Amino acid sequence: MNGDRPLVAVLDYGIGNLRSAQKALERVGADARLTADPGLIADAAGVVLPGVGHFGTCMDQLRATGLEQPAFDVIESGRPFLGICVGMQMLFEASEEAPGVPGMGVMPGTVRLLPDGIVRPQMQWNRLDVQRPSCPLLAGLTDGAWMYFVHSYAPDTDPELVAATCDYPTPITAVTERGRLWATQFHPEKSGDAGKRLAQNFLAAVRADQCRR
Amino acid sequence: MKTVRVIPCLDVDDGRVVKGVNFVGLRDAGDPVELAAAYDRQGADEIVFLDITASAHNRDTIIELARHTAAEVFIPFTIGGGIRSVDDARALLRAGADKVSVNSAAVARPELVREIAGEFGTQCVVVAVDAKSNGAGADGSTTWNVYVKGGREDTGIDALDWVRQVADLGAGEILLTSMDADGTKAGFDLELTRAVVDAVEIPVVASGGVGTLQHLVDGALIANADAVLAASIFHFGEHTIADAKRALLDAGVAVRPPTA
Repeated sequence: MNGDRPLVAVLDYGIGNLRSAQKALERVGADARLTADPGLIADAAGVVLPGVGHFGTCMDQLRATGLEQPAFDVIESGRPFLGICVGMQMLFEASEEAPGVPGMGVMPGTVRLLPDGIVRPQMQWNRLDVQRPSCPLLAGLTDGAWMYFVHSYAPDTDPELVAATCDYPTPITAVTERGRLWATQFHPEKSGDAGKRLAQNFLAAVRADQCRR
Repeated sequence: MKTVRVIPCLDVDDGRVVKGVNFVGLRDAGDPVELAAAYDRQGADEIVFLDITASAHNRDTIIELARHTAAEVFIPFTIGGGIRSVDDARALLRAGADKVSVNSAAVARPELVREIAGEFGTQCVVVAVDAKSNGAGADGSTTWNVYVKGGREDTGIDALDWVRQVADLGAGEILLTSMDADGTKAGFDLELTRAVVDAVEIPVVASGGVGTLQHLVDGALIANADAVLAASIFHFGEHTIADAKRALLDAGVAVRPPTA
């Protein structure tokens, strides 16, 4: 294993743009692989679950490609794991977008439609209101960093697990943290320098975890 | 909080930027990736590439553009032009584009919007609408029709009916260009833009006619657009993206602050 460029598996389960997440991790020094190979995922020092589109479609695809169990295994092992956008939502128990389709259920709560009376999707840059400044993913980003959001749904979860929110126009879950299982509703890979910092923070957590093992 | 996006648009022909681009310090002013990266550094919120390549059989060039851009530009980008099928959309999205914009192909076959949204999600489907005024009707109110072929062909479809239809089919965003305002540098068609914003719940990008920074402010404040798109005022170095952001902020419009 190459300690200088930790292997980060970006789960490729056949949905839209996954390549940007891979490139964003490469840019900050990861050996980022877009992969559906369970062996490679098992060897990875960190795993990223991107996601765009429909919750039900993404869950179906994750299961059809056989990648749900490898993802569970990584989370169970405590290795750093990052869900992005629908990849965040998939960690929860269910979504109003696809009633009856179970999520992975590794985070408590349900993904709910954004409130009525606002433009849906939220397709814009928004500022983070950091709830948990100690979250390592948010190092250097605690002063209202701007991130790019594209979503119509967001997780409704235990406030203790929410590391940051954004205002749209009520507080929306933007970052969750449970041990080394992190997730962002926004797209760090599309959020310019602030997103780059978050990717660096994730990679730092991957390296720290490698040292621990 | 709603924040208005500022989006430069680059016309691309066979992989090269068309129309003069006059930036300081570019190695290659015709390289769309280098230009997009420059706009990213100025604080652009997104980039739109419009592929105007005439021949239908060089999709590889535009897919290559998506690949290069995704490796070097870390803000969202949209590719429009020549997308006629789910396969066309898939190739661009897999290469790293965040959204694809469909126009005449959706007019010819509206189900295309539903098909792309069904496979990749509504967030990646932009429907570009070129609209032109029919003038005031008998009751004094203005109507607009949808045009295709660069504004040369009237489809006879009412623009407001059309945006409602594509929103129902799964469009995630409307990229609205006024064919009356486009190229005039006299500002957006604010009445049209406002009417479309009011007709749909999805975001609307105002396009066509920007000649001054005040025009961008008007698009945000008067027409209530979710994003403002311009080409020439940025390309010719008259104004930077940061200038546009400062003008919007000074007028009380929330935007992601300029980075340069």
